[in-house]
Formats: sequence, C-alpha cells, structure tokens
Amino acid sequence: MPLDLFSVGDPIADTKAPTDVPIGERWSERQFRGRLVNPANRRKLTIIVVGTGLAGGSAAATLGEAGYKVKSFWYQDSPRRAHSVAAQGGINAAKNYRNDGDSVHRLFYDTVKGGDFRARENNVHRLAEVSVNIIDQCVAQGVPFAREYGGLLDNRSFGGTQVSRTFYARGQTGQQLLYGAYQALERQIAAGNVEQNARTEMLDLIIVDGRARGIVARDLVTGEISTHFADAVVIASGGYSNVFYLSTNAKGSNTTAIWRAHKRGAYFANPCYTQIHPTCIPVKGDYQSKLTLMSESLRNDGRVWVPKERGDTRDPREIPESERDYYLERIYPSFGNLVPRDIASRQAKNVCDEGRGVGPGGLGVYLDFAEAIERMGRPAVEAKYGNLFDMYAQITGEDPYATPMRIYPAVHYTMGGLWVDYDLQSTIPGMFVIGEANFSDHGANRLGASALMQGLADGYFVLPSTISSYLADGPFDKVDDSHPAAVEAVQGVQEQVQKLLSINGTRTPASFHREVGQLMWDYCGMERTDEGLRKAIDRIQEIRKEFWTNLKVTGDWHSFNQTLEHAGRVADFIELAELMCIDALHRRESCGGHFRAESQTPEGEALRDDENFAYVAAWEWTPEGQPPVLHKEDLVYEYVHLAQRSYK
Amino acid sequence: MTASMQSSVGNPADEKRGMNLTLRIWRQKDPSVKGKMVTYKVTDISPDMSFLEMLDVLNEQLILQGDDPVAFDHDCREGICGMCGLMINGQAHGPQQTTTCQLHMRSFSDGDSIDIEPWRASPFPVIKDLAVDRRAFDRIIQAGGYISVPTGTAPEAHATPVPKADADAAFDAATCIGCGACVAACPNASSMLFTAAKVTHLGLLPQGQPERNDRVVNMIAQQDREGFGGCTNIGECSAACPKGISMETISRLNHDLLGALRAGARPKS
Amino acid sequence: MTVTHAGRRTPKVAKTNSIVKKAVMAVSGIVMVLYLIAHMIGNLKVFTGRESFNHYSEWIRTIGSPALPHQTALTIIRAILLIAVIAHFWAAVSLWRQAKRARPERYVTKKAVAQSYASRTMRWGGVIVLLFIVYHILDLTMGVVNPDGNDSTPYDRLVASFSNPFITAFYVISLVLLGMHLRHGIWSATQTLGQSNRRRERTVNAFAIAFSTILIAGFLIVPFSVLTGLVD
Repeated sequence: MPLDLFSVGDPIADTKAPTDVPIGERWSERQFRGRLVNPANRRKLTIIVVGTGLAGGSAAATLGEAGYKVKSFWYQDSPRRAHSVAAQGGINAAKNYRNDGDSVHRLFYDTVKGGDFRARENNVHRLAEVSVNIIDQCVAQGVPFAREYGGLLDNRSFGGTQVSRTFYARGQTGQQLLYGAYQALERQIAAGNVEQNARTEMLDLIIVDGRARGIVARDLVTGEISTHFADAVVIASGGYSNVFYLSTNAKGSNTTAIWRAHKRGAYFANPCYTQIHPTCIPVKGDYQSKLTLMSESLRNDGRVWVPKERGDTRDPREIPESERDYYLERIYPSFGNLVPRDIASRQAKNVCDEGRGVGPGGLGVYLDFAEAIERMGRPAVEAKYGNLFDMYAQITGEDPYATPMRIYPAVHYTMGGLWVDYDLQSTIPGMFVIGEANFSDHGANRLGASALMQGLADGYFVLPSTISSYLADGPFDKVDDSHPAAVEAVQGVQEQVQKLLSINGTRTPASFHREVGQLMWDYCGMERTDEGLRKAIDRIQEIRKEFWTNLKVTGDWHSFNQTLEHAGRVADFIELAELMCIDALHRRESCGGHFRAESQTPEGEALRDDENFAYVAAWEWTPEGQPPVLHKEDLVYEYVHLAQRSYK
Repeated sequence: MTASMQSSVGNPADEKRGMNLTLRIWRQKDPSVKGKMVTYKVTDISPDMSFLEMLDVLNEQLILQGDDPVAFDHDCREGICGMCGLMINGQAHGPQQTTTCQLHMRSFSDGDSIDIEPWRASPFPVIKDLAVDRRAFDRIIQAGGYISVPTGTAPEAHATPVPKADADAAFDAATCIGCGACVAACPNASSMLFTAAKVTHLGLLPQGQPERNDRVVNMIAQQDREGFGGCTNIGECSAACPKGISMETISRLNHDLLGALRAGARPKS
Repeated sequence: MTVTHAGRRTPKVAKTNSIVKKAVMAVSGIVMVLYLIAHMIGNLKVFTGRESFNHYSEWIRTIGSPALPHQTALTIIRAILLIAVIAHFWAAVSLWRQAKRARPERYVTKKAVAQSYASRTMRWGGVIVLLFIVYHILDLTMGVVNPDGNDSTPYDRLVASFSNPFITAFYVISLVLLGMHLRHGIWSATQTLGQSNRRRERTVNAFAIAFSTILIAGFLIVPFSVLTGLVD
C-alpha cells in the first residue's frame, strides 16, 4: 500500500462498554454506571439535533420530553419529509411472537453474521435488546402495524434470516414509524420543549475548548447564515448514498453535516461500506435523477430469474420454465431468493455481466410473481404488495401483474459513517452521531429491516440514556457569536458560499455530481479492484479541481437558491468520494457490501481476511495536501464465532 | 436540451425521446413581489421522464444560460415524502392521481402546452416560484395530531389487540403524506382532508381514545386559525389525493367533533 | 432563533368554528327540507279542485281554532322557517368569505375533477333560490305581484301565475336549481353531521338524487298541469 494515499495513526478503541460483565448485562450496566442529570438541571442544558428522521426525530422528541432544551434542524419544510419516510419493508424486533425460535441472542447473532463480522458485538447486542421496546413504543404511539384477524401483530420474514421477526405496515413501514416520531416531536414543539428550525442546513460545527458547542447553519429561504449554541450536538443527518448521484436516497440527502464535522476532527469509519440493494427499478435514461427501490419483501414471494441463454430478447412470458435460470434458488438452495442483499446484488451483476441481463442495456433481471399469483391468488398478492406494484407500474408504464418486473441493484444505504463509541459519541467530545450517520451497528452489510430498528433504538432509547453521562458535566461556559471559534466558522462558511457563486464557469453542480457518481458506481460500486480504485482516485482529484474552477451557480446567497445548496453538497460529496476509494483500496479483503475482486472464494463469494482486516477503519481528516490518517479499532468477537458466511 | 449535455449515467440503448413542450410557469422571486406566468420551451423530452426530471432539464438549461432556475420543492422522488406538489394544467399533481414526482411525461403528448403553478392558499404562502411554505400543516399536528406516550412508558405491544379492520382503516388514513394537494384542489382551500386523515387514523385505534375529543377540537380550531377555508364536501380533495384518502374521513371527523363539543370539549386558546 | 420564512401573516381568527357553521347549515337545511315535503304534498291538493284547495289553505290558517288565535300554527312554522333561512344564509356567507380569504390569489388554470354541477352551483344557486322564494311569497302567498292581485283565492292566484308561460318558466328553472341544491345539500349534510361512510356513500348519493327528483317533480307537476289545462 503506497503511503502517499494515507498514513497509519494510533489505534482507537471504544472505552465505554463495560466489557467486564457478560454481553447480556452490558447495556444495563452501562446505564447504571453512567451519570445522570437531575430533571431540574435538564432545563439548563441545550442540545442541538440535526435531522428529523427516525433517529433525529425520535431523539429530539425524547430529549425534549425528558426536559432538555432541544433545538431541532432540518433542511425540508417539515420534519415529516425526512427520508426514513421512504423505508418500505419493515422493522425487526426479537419479540418471538411467531414462536419460531427467535430471541435477542439470535437477532444479535444474525446481525453480526449478516454484517459479515465487521460490526461491534456490544453495540449489536444492545440493538437486539432494545428492539422489543421499540415495537411497544410505536404501537402505543398509534403506528398502524399490519395485524392478523385476531387483532395481534403480524410478522414477516426478511432477507438473511430464517425467522419471522419483521413488523410492517403494508409497504410503508418507514413512513408510519416516522410519523410516530414526527408526531411525538410536534407534541414537544407545541409544549415548547423543542425549538424548530425548518429549511435550515447545518454547514459547520463549532468547537470550543475541545467540545462541540454549536453549529453554523444557513436558512435556506433567506440565505441567512447564523450560529446556534448548545451543550451538546447530535447529528442524525442520515447516510451518504447520494455520493453515487443515482441512489434510492432522497434528492436532498447529503453528507454535508457529517463531512464538515469530519473536517472538524470527527473520525469517519468504514466509508467504503455501502449497500447495494438488489430490488430497484432499473435505470431508464441519462436524464434519470434517482432510483426507486422496491421493498426487499418482494423477494418473499417473487422469484428472481434470467434467461439461460445470453441475448434472449423474447417476451419473458414466452420463455418456458426449462429455459429460465432461477439463479438464486439454484446457487443458494436453503435461502433461495432470501439471501442477504449484498449477495443478491452481486449475483444480479454477475448474470448481467454474463450477458444474460434483460431490459434496456441488459441491466436488469426478472422478479416474477406469476407463481405467487397462482398460489395465493391475485387479491392476496395485491393486499401484500399492491402499493409496490402500483409504484412499479407508475414508473415503468408496465403492468407487473401481467409481466414480470425488471429489477437491478442500486445504492441504498451506507453502513459507514462517523465513528462513535458505545455511548454514540464521536471523537469530538460533545458531538453524538445517531442513525445511519454513524457506523456502529451493521458492519459491512446491513440486514433488511434493521435500519429502522437502529434509527429508533438510537433515538428513543440509547442516546437519551448515554448523553446524560456527558451532560452531567454541564452546563458549560456560555458561548456566543463573538467567540473566536464561532467567528472563524461563520467566516469559513461565508467564504465557501461566496466562492461557489463567484467561479462562474460552464458546468452545473448537477453535472459534476453525475460525473463523480458514475465514477463511483463504476469503480467503487458492487465490485472494486485495486486498479479501478486508483484510477477513480486520480479522476476524483481532477474533478475536484475542475469543480472549483469551472462551476456555474446562478443567483445570490441571500435568497432561496437551490443551485447553491446543491453545489455545497456536491463539493462535500467529491471529497468524501476520494476517502471512500482510499478506504476501499486499503481494505484488501471482501466483506459484506465491500467486494474486492482480488479476494473471493473459488465460487465467487466474498472472502474475508480476518487476520489482517478484522478492524474498523476510522479515518482522520488532515489539512489539504496531507493524506488522511487511518486509526484502527480492533474488532473482538467473544460471543460470535467468526466464520465464512454461508447461505447455501 | 440534447442528450449530450448530460453525462452518461446509465444510458440504455433504446431510449425514447422526442417530445417538444411549451411550459407556462409561475415565476415569483419572493413573497414580496407579484408573480407572473412565463413561457419556456423544452425539447426532446422522453416520455419515460418524470415530470420533475423534465423540470430538471429546463433548469440545467436555464443555469447554463445564466438565468435563474425555477424553484420547486421535491425530495424523495418516489411519491412518499410529500415534499413535491405542483398545480399542473389546473390539477393538483397533474392529470394522474399521484404525486408530481411520480407523474411521468408519458401522460403528455408532443406539442402540449403545460401550465405549472404553485399551490395557492393563504396559509401556504409562496416562498419562491413554485415552492410554498406548508408549515401550517405541522401546526395543525402540533395542536393534537398525536398520541401522548412518553418514551419508555409503553405497555407490551400485544397487551391491546386491535381488530384487523380497524387497524387497516387506520392505516389507510395514516398514509396521508401531507403534500397539500387537498388544499390546492379544494375550491375553498380547505385542509379538511388532511386534518380528517389524522383524526381518523388516531381515532380508530384504542391507543388514540383518551385524547380523541381534545384532539379533534384543537386540530379544527388550529385549522381555522391558520386561515384555511371551510369544507363543503365537494370531493376535489379526495380526487386529487395521491394516497386516495377518502371523504369518509371527513364525515368521521365531523362526527367526532360534534360529539366532542356535546361532551364539553373546547379548544385550548 | 425562530425562523419566520415567507412572512407568515396572522389570519383573521374565525370566531365560530367552521364545522359548527356547517352543522348549522345542515340542520337548518333539514328543517327547510321537511317543510318542503309538507309543502309539496299540500300542493298536490290542487288536483282535488278549487274548493278543496282553498279549504286546505284556510285550514292551515285555522289549526287549533278556536282555542288558539287565527294563524297560530302558521306563524310558528313561518318563524321557524325564517330562522332556518337566516341561519342557513349566515353560515353560507360566512363560509364563503372564509373560502375567499383562504385563496386570495386565484389559479390561472384550474380544472374541476370531482365537483358536480350541483356542488359548483351551491352558492349562486342558493342565492337564486332565495330570490325565487321571495318572489314566490310575493306572488302566491301575498299576491302582491300576482296577475290576479291579492284579493283572489289561493287557487286562482296559482292558476293565474302558471297560465303565464314566462312565470312558469321562471318557476321551473328555480325549482330545478333547488333540486340540485338539495342533491348536494343532502349528501353534504350527511357528511357534515358525520353520518356518512364509505359503505353508505353510494346509498346516500342515490337517495339524494332520488329524493330531490321526486320532490321537485312533485312541485313541477302543478305548473305543468296548469299550463296544459289539466288544472284551470
């Protein structure tokens, strides 16, 4: 590994989890050992929460309710827009309502295994423990989960597991869970416990005496750049899949909050761990602005296939059974169509690479419900998947009841994120990171229906409990606008905004975004190679140079300027893209969503290298021209036996 | 706008292109100035594009010409966040019953002229061009659109079974995405369907019963306070609703409200 | 910092909750509909001949007589009706104004999808019906604008008016408008009073159409009979 791309720094370790007690007792032990803030003192403590998705919304509501003064920020018009709203499939919980052998330990085990043994045991175990409380909480809030005729909650199974532990609300589970959190948040806003800052984007972190003490934010309507101070800052700004330009994320989802915090000293962990979701609607044209996912739950009843012959362009209904290759069922007889996402995606890529892909450009595979419709009847299929089928029909203009759907993988989730300890605190004291924005629970691959679980676990139960240990030292000295750290941060933001407006080149922010996104998809997507990544890094550096010399942004900074917003986000994506490639390059093993072509089993499965890479890669930002510094956190497995994942 | 101006993301071979359209778009720099309809031409529009992708094409063109691109709200572009919403040829979200982001250009024909306006209602002031401020909806929710359950106090989820029919009906109402099409389409600019969807969702569940009377009374009071119009049961809202929220929810709200008033519930001032 | 984008104006707070207004409209509407049913049935007395019709008209004025003063029942009915009309009108105007305030800037292009002719004409139709009622009272009840003058009997006034095709035409147009008003009104009242649901929706609408058609047909049969000489 050439040293010019990065350097290796001191190892890093989580020191908060009480490893002297058995894993099942660590969370309660941590809560017991942690310090508390007396309710009367909470009113004197202010917490900034950036983002209002499942993690940020539930955290802001819970902290407000606990008596802290909360300032909540979001870039959309309403907290209800946060992209958690789009999660379809469901939320896992170890309730064992099916009596099918589920337990906290099994959920813990499945998640660690599903993450290809690159997640921290302690965090995952806590997640599994808390999962049962989440369902209780959401039901009490009025989340209309699917129920059976007896009035009890229904469950379904999801990829990567053999038990039915997924709770769902038709195909709109994320929406319903988010509205639960949103309503709880609005209740706290009405009660005066949470201050709302709509259409406001965090652009920098203010650090005073080594503690995160506030943020610089831009009001997206008036353009006003302002400072906000607090005793702690919580970032819940979601993932960075949009670095690929085309992803299933919302158009506004961005890396800016975590990236700028990273540039202020927060380590960025495992940036290359991205999840490519296997069941998305294929790309149609170069104008395409986003990709749409269809819930993985479709794989419960739909069967994935391609023609056995390459270049078979017949209407799928005319291809006889004997000439179809149900490749997932063939290769993985025990899990069949329910293999984890990374595997399903890579196999789709493989069959398309073999020239057996279907649809425009040969970039698609069939997801067929003919058998399910025959078995369950069309009404049952409609009841279960109706909204997904409608969505497919709306986007493609094809009727999925009559002809098989075409699907192709798309970037969906980023397991990487800011490094946090067991308390969800980043390497900057006082800055906590929750939900998809942190790296903590999913290792190298996230199982379906686990993102909602993690977001709500962090927001409702974990953070509100751990943050008090930190805040027990507060309130900290008052800071205001005139503090040199604040002045410097505001100046930096203003300079950047003005710079973006003054280049006056010939390319739009979107064109740069597309270019870097395509590059990332080609070289840092489903399959990564040493050569490709090096090529990508070189090219990203060129794109970055061109961005800062040839960008065109119209309008001014002191008004509603969506082009300017986008430009700022693209600038951060370009820098992040480089770090992702460096991380992917340095990790010369395959694990989960990170597949290095050089490291595979003879059957073409991801081959881990536990001896050399069983660690979290936490990257430290260095000033311009200096390579980033790698800090390794060794992963210790006491309860789960490291093994080659097998879903055969 | 030609294909070559965009970099080649995806790029399947048999791409269909070819519609030329005339757009008349409401342009308004900010709330303090008067707006007007401005005409633009877009060419070579693929029928597979979404409506917003068609506007992206226009905006890229405008930026490169040094003009101010058209501001419009959007986010998830998969029909669930509720952020997008345009009045297209006089219909909220256009000719299909869906969200603007899920409306595709195959709903139009070559040579069509399309009028694009923002939602118009005084509680939804225009921010710029086609973007409006819908926070009035949040304030209606703040007035009572929730179940008060402090984190950690919830009983075991199976403690209260909910009849499937109630859970399903509650879900149907709960699918409202808060886009505001109901207000935009309503001849009275009433937000009744939005409020009714939430009242119905929570009112159908056993968990929502303790606050049922106060909820409806306060949400309606807030809706009036925001300056929305009154409901005259015309049904434009439900016909425009991308999630198909039914008029039944409004009847249910009315029923709850009159019952709550009889029971002595009064709005908080 | 509290963000105050796009200068939120403080809207004029409605003093009475908009749904209470709607309920007032629904209840007053129901009162008037009940009266219309009685009125229509009474009208059909015209087919029993001049004598019988005039006698019916006289009977209404002498109910309870001699125990009660002349026209007691009628006065009570008239008072209730007047209150209903005023309440109905007040609620309508108030909601109308609320709607105007709620959308000060109109759409350049607006297409109606769900609204029927009936629902669209509730307001102007209502005004026309109100004017019609005023004329109708002046014509047949008080006789001041009746071709036969106010000295004639109710039966003669009726025949005199409806023998004039222009007056009949005006009655017909107004009654059809009233029918449409009722059609949407019945559905709307069911909604407003919280009695509609998805299952009942179709039944309510069918009932509204059938009821208003029968009622209006019952009213229209009289002028047509006069015009065609069936009644003279």
